[in-house]
Amino acid sequence: MSELDFRNVTVRFGHHTAVDDVSLTVPAGQVVGLVGESGSGKSTLAATAVGLVKPTEGEVRADGKVQMVFQDPYSSLDPRMSIGNSIAEAMPRGTNKKAEVARLLELVNLDPGRASSLPARLSGGQRQRVALARALAGDPRVVIADEITSALDVSVQGAVLNLVRDLQRQLGLSMLFISHNLAVVRYVSDRVAVMKTGRIVEEGPAAQVLADPRHEYTRELLAAAPRRHTRLEVS
Amino acid sequence: MRPTTGRLAVLRSPVGASSAVLLVVLVALAVFAPILWGDRAAAIDTDSLQQGPSADHLLGTDQLGRDIFYRVLVATRLTIGLALLATVIGVVTGLVLGSIPSVLPRWAARIVTSAVNIAVAFPGLLLALFFAVIFGTGTIGAVLAIAFAITPSFARLTQTLTASVSGRDFIAAARVCGVGRFRLLTRHVLPNIAEPLVINATLAAGSALTAFAGLSFLGIGVQAPSYDWGRLLGEGLNRIYITPAPALGPAVAVVLAGLAFNLFGEAAASVHRNQQRGKATAPHEPVEDRSEGGLLTVRNLHVTFPGGIRPVRGVSFTVHNGEMIGVVGESGSGKSLTALAVSRLIEHPGRVTADRLEFNGKPVQKTQDRELGTQLAMVFQDPTTSFNPTRRIGGQLAEVSEVHQGLRRRAALGKAVDRLEAVRIPEPERRAKQYPHEFSGGMRQRAMIAMGLMGEPQLVIADEPTTALDVTVQREVLKLLARIRKDRDAAVLLISHDITVVAQTCDRVLVMYAGRIVEELPTDELFTAARHPYTTALLKAVPDLDTDRDAPLAVIPGRPPEPGEIRQGCPFAPRCPLADDQCRTQEPELETFGENHRVACWKSESELAGVR
Amino acid sequence: MTTTTLQRMRGSTWLPFARRRAVRFLTSLWVLVTAAFLMIHLIPGDPVRESLGLAAPPDLVAARRAALGLDDPLLVQYWHYLSGLFRGEFGTSLVSGTPVATLIGDRLPATVQLAVLAFLVVVVVAVPVGVLMAVLTKGGRRRGGELAFTSSSVVLAAIPEFLLAVGLVSLLAVQLNLFPVAGNDAPGSWVLPVLALAIGPAAVLARIVRVELLAVLGNDFVRTARAKRLPARLVYLRHALPNAVTATLTLGGMMLAAMVAGTVLVENVFAWPGLGSTIVGSIQQKDYPAVQGIVLVYGAGVLLVNLVVDVVLGLLDPRSTIREA
Ligand SMILES: Nc1ncnc2c1ncn2[C@@H]1O[C@H](COP(=O)(O)OP(=O)(O)O)[C@@H](O)[C@H]1O
Ligand code: SF4
Ligand SMILES: [Mg+2]
Repeated sequence: MSELDFRNVTVRFGHHTAVDDVSLTVPAGQVVGLVGESGSGKSTLAATAVGLVKPTEGEVRADGKVQMVFQDPYSSLDPRMSIGNSIAEAMPRGTNKKAEVARLLELVNLDPGRASSLPARLSGGQRQRVALARALAGDPRVVIADEITSALDVSVQGAVLNLVRDLQRQLGLSMLFISHNLAVVRYVSDRVAVMKTGRIVEEGPAAQVLADPRHEYTRELLAAAPRRHTRLEVS
Repeated sequence: MRPTTGRLAVLRSPVGASSAVLLVVLVALAVFAPILWGDRAAAIDTDSLQQGPSADHLLGTDQLGRDIFYRVLVATRLTIGLALLATVIGVVTGLVLGSIPSVLPRWAARIVTSAVNIAVAFPGLLLALFFAVIFGTGTIGAVLAIAFAITPSFARLTQTLTASVSGRDFIAAARVCGVGRFRLLTRHVLPNIAEPLVINATLAAGSALTAFAGLSFLGIGVQAPSYDWGRLLGEGLNRIYITPAPALGPAVAVVLAGLAFNLFGEAAASVHRNQQRGKATAPHEPVEDRSEGGLLTVRNLHVTFPGGIRPVRGVSFTVHNGEMIGVVGESGSGKSLTALAVSRLIEHPGRVTADRLEFNGKPVQKTQDRELGTQLAMVFQDPTTSFNPTRRIGGQLAEVSEVHQGLRRRAALGKAVDRLEAVRIPEPERRAKQYPHEFSGGMRQRAMIAMGLMGEPQLVIADEPTTALDVTVQREVLKLLARIRKDRDAAVLLISHDITVVAQTCDRVLVMYAGRIVEELPTDELFTAARHPYTTALLKAVPDLDTDRDAPLAVIPGRPPEPGEIRQGCPFAPRCPLADDQCRTQEPELETFGENHRVACWKSESELAGVR
Repeated sequence: MTTTTLQRMRGSTWLPFARRRAVRFLTSLWVLVTAAFLMIHLIPGDPVRESLGLAAPPDLVAARRAALGLDDPLLVQYWHYLSGLFRGEFGTSLVSGTPVATLIGDRLPATVQLAVLAFLVVVVVAVPVGVLMAVLTKGGRRRGGELAFTSSSVVLAAIPEFLLAVGLVSLLAVQLNLFPVAGNDAPGSWVLPVLALAIGPAAVLARIVRVELLAVLGNDFVRTARAKRLPARLVYLRHALPNAVTATLTLGGMMLAAMVAGTVLVENVFAWPGLGSTIVGSIQQKDYPAVQGIVLVYGAGVLLVNLVVDVVLGLLDPRSTIREA
């Protein structure tokens, strides 16, 4: 069974093809990591799954709701709305919103007493937790995380990654985890897909794709990723 | 910026306060003047027709002998009332026209938007005249004419503001959560653009007032027997050769009222723009220094900003010839300011002090521009914004040689092409003639490095040169820097937030935290011998391609302090597992710890501190 | 055009840019012409009756209506109007009976001269002042000077041109007798109208130049220029100023357009024999064909100004040709 299914999705903006005939499956309860350079079409693909962009061709199928967490926690929360209200807004009608907000804040390791704070009072890492809580408020089966740690300080990034992994396991979520950082993708993903100029060039189990890449471009990416114990050779 | 403090802060500025007082006086006059002086303003006195100013009639009398001073006071109500009415109609119409495109179907939205775009090109006065013809001369015609003259610019403003808010992620997030278009507009968009709209409405009221006066003055606004300031002015102007007071009285009234609205709007706008300032930290005490220097010698460097903000607090390090040194630290730790300070690029109001700051054995402050311009190369983080978008790449490189090496234009351009080739930009001759926006990001960063090579650089300072680039391009740029160092024996100071990048390329690492260097050590000891709790925590918190996937990542609780938040004690203490009372009260100095290794930590000798 | 230029043009972003701008200009012009045409028909009641007065005999009204073609179907009238415009015909004045085109031909030069001269004064004064103030007050220096400059420019800009005109007349013409009160015969008579028209916009433009330049000075590429250790002169004039041009020119164009309209009021104060004094008289006398023609000329002037600004921008800032319309 799969939770999110992209079938031959193509997105064109004018003459520019941002996503080119992509088919990708996010299996139930698994994390699929999507890597690629900036401009390769990762975010556009994600946007088709939540209805922010309509595919020019092809279709996206989802069993249950899809929610999304954005890259920049400084822009993804309405500065004039308390974080509690932002979270509550995403809940279905008839929920006991106050209790639910408190539960969700607790779930992402934030003090429920802060529900009435404005985002300006929170640090980047805390905001990203609120954004996660908001995504969970819609009771989704699938969560798309688009570069959610790229705008964070490195010392804060680890905590958010741990939280993402815990929540995913605890709630049995399916996840599309987008990042340009191979190490981060490797850490959270069960499967990895590699995207280049709008196309998926390789997809498979994380261990296999990273240890034994088949596509030239994947090899290039792996070679370029900085490693601690290898020095950069100068020709 | 704190939006909530904005509203009353207007009254705290002198301009805001005085214009507010003026507005209150105007409103009071508008309410009470007709009640108090209505009779006097209407009283006809055939004995004193068309008189000049006198004690009885401060501004003289008109052709029916009515007192002009009282007429000016009484006309306040009609003048202000009509201006506000026109403003309200115009602003509301503009708001509707500007915001409905976001809820209309796309084709209808396009029609509305382009209609507004065409209308906004025409000046308000022209629109007002056009509508005055249609609605006929007279009060109602003029109100509608001015209202519709305001409408297009307000619609455009609303569109622009809405568009800028709509591009932000919180709108996308709300849409993903299933928030409807209408609620999106009322709950998320309008509250976030309300402030500039109100400010502009105030400014619009000022111009409506003067525009109204203009129409009445031309005889196509308020008609007799009603009168506003514009009409009084028009009547007075006919006699200006004989006595100026009857024209100047209403003129001054219009100017004052217009100013009150405009100044209040401007004051509110500047409060809206201004940001808050921070608090004080400890002063800097000079320390005697006799240590040996290098190519770049930095001792006890401080950078301060007004309000006691001190983002760089006593940084000391040395760069030797041909060395590649890395500086790591999270954003806000003072890396960029350190780089700018050592290269004499901090601008007013920032202030740089140091016990020693020397390049090539000479104080940087006294080094000639020619020397710095040719021997010290800078590479900045964002290659997209670091080139002048209006000039060709070749010219931007060439000017270094023209200014500092006395080369002619042609020779300098030739050298620029040569340097572009040296950083492996294909077809350098054609590329030199292109503008920055025609280059890709990686190519721009190479060109930036080529710019540094126009001289004979002994030191290249690269501040996050690869942060904005993709990994494959990042590697190429890092290799290029390493090659320059090898081929030209130039030293490189590489700043990065990514400890892995630095570990891969540099000989030595400086770790910065809260404006200080907290640890300095050779790169090959980084993963085995780091002693500062921050360094070791950072190494564990950042995953790399060999991280154990089954264990949770190590985390550092809390967040780095802002420069204004630094108090006494070790700035890492709130996040440090080893912190004790000494840590919380005394800040540790950077002490030598074995050869080539310096640490600023009270517990650097403790077993726990090192990597196990 | 040589082949090389053609090739260069084809490869560049200029062609689509020119096409977009041309389409926009023509659309706006069409909207303007249609609006001017509809103006007469939007007036409640019968424009001829309005113009001749209630006492006019019905057969005179009917004759005038027929002469103006007002009894034809709307589309036919529209066609006649458009084809007339192509032949340079703007209709006939209801009041004087002369062709509106002649009227405009007589009056237009004085207005254009006034607007252009005032605009030149604005540019020559405001740009250097704005640049100087930006350089002097950069990075929060000279707070007092900044406050004085900003507040005086706000005050000057808030005074509408016709009041400035009145003030100038009463002070410099009536009291001190330095310049003529009205007309455009003597060279001295140009001074006051030009001043009245130029002072406000000059204050606004100086402020805009300062703000824009300060914003540009905060850009990364200015830091690059400083890192190259270029002399201050080059940093400001070669690197900063051209990048402040886009916003300045855009606003400058809007200002020139507003000044074209501002002539209406100023001409009325100084009895300047231009279009501005004519249009007001025509509105009061309900001489609709004349109003229609003059509105058209003003509007076309504004559109032309905008077009010129866009083209100049395209030449100065290569990016503006790729920016979406
Ligand atoms: N002009 C300025 N005025 C006040 N504070 C500033 C200014 N520029 C930078 N800062 C502050 O100095 C600190 C260090 O900045 P920076 O050197 O850019 O850090 P890094 O490069 O390590 O990210 C930041 O917290 C920043 O807010
Ligand atoms: S001085 Fe104390 S608080 Fe600071 S890093 Fe060392 S142990 Fe931690
Ligand atoms: Mg930085």
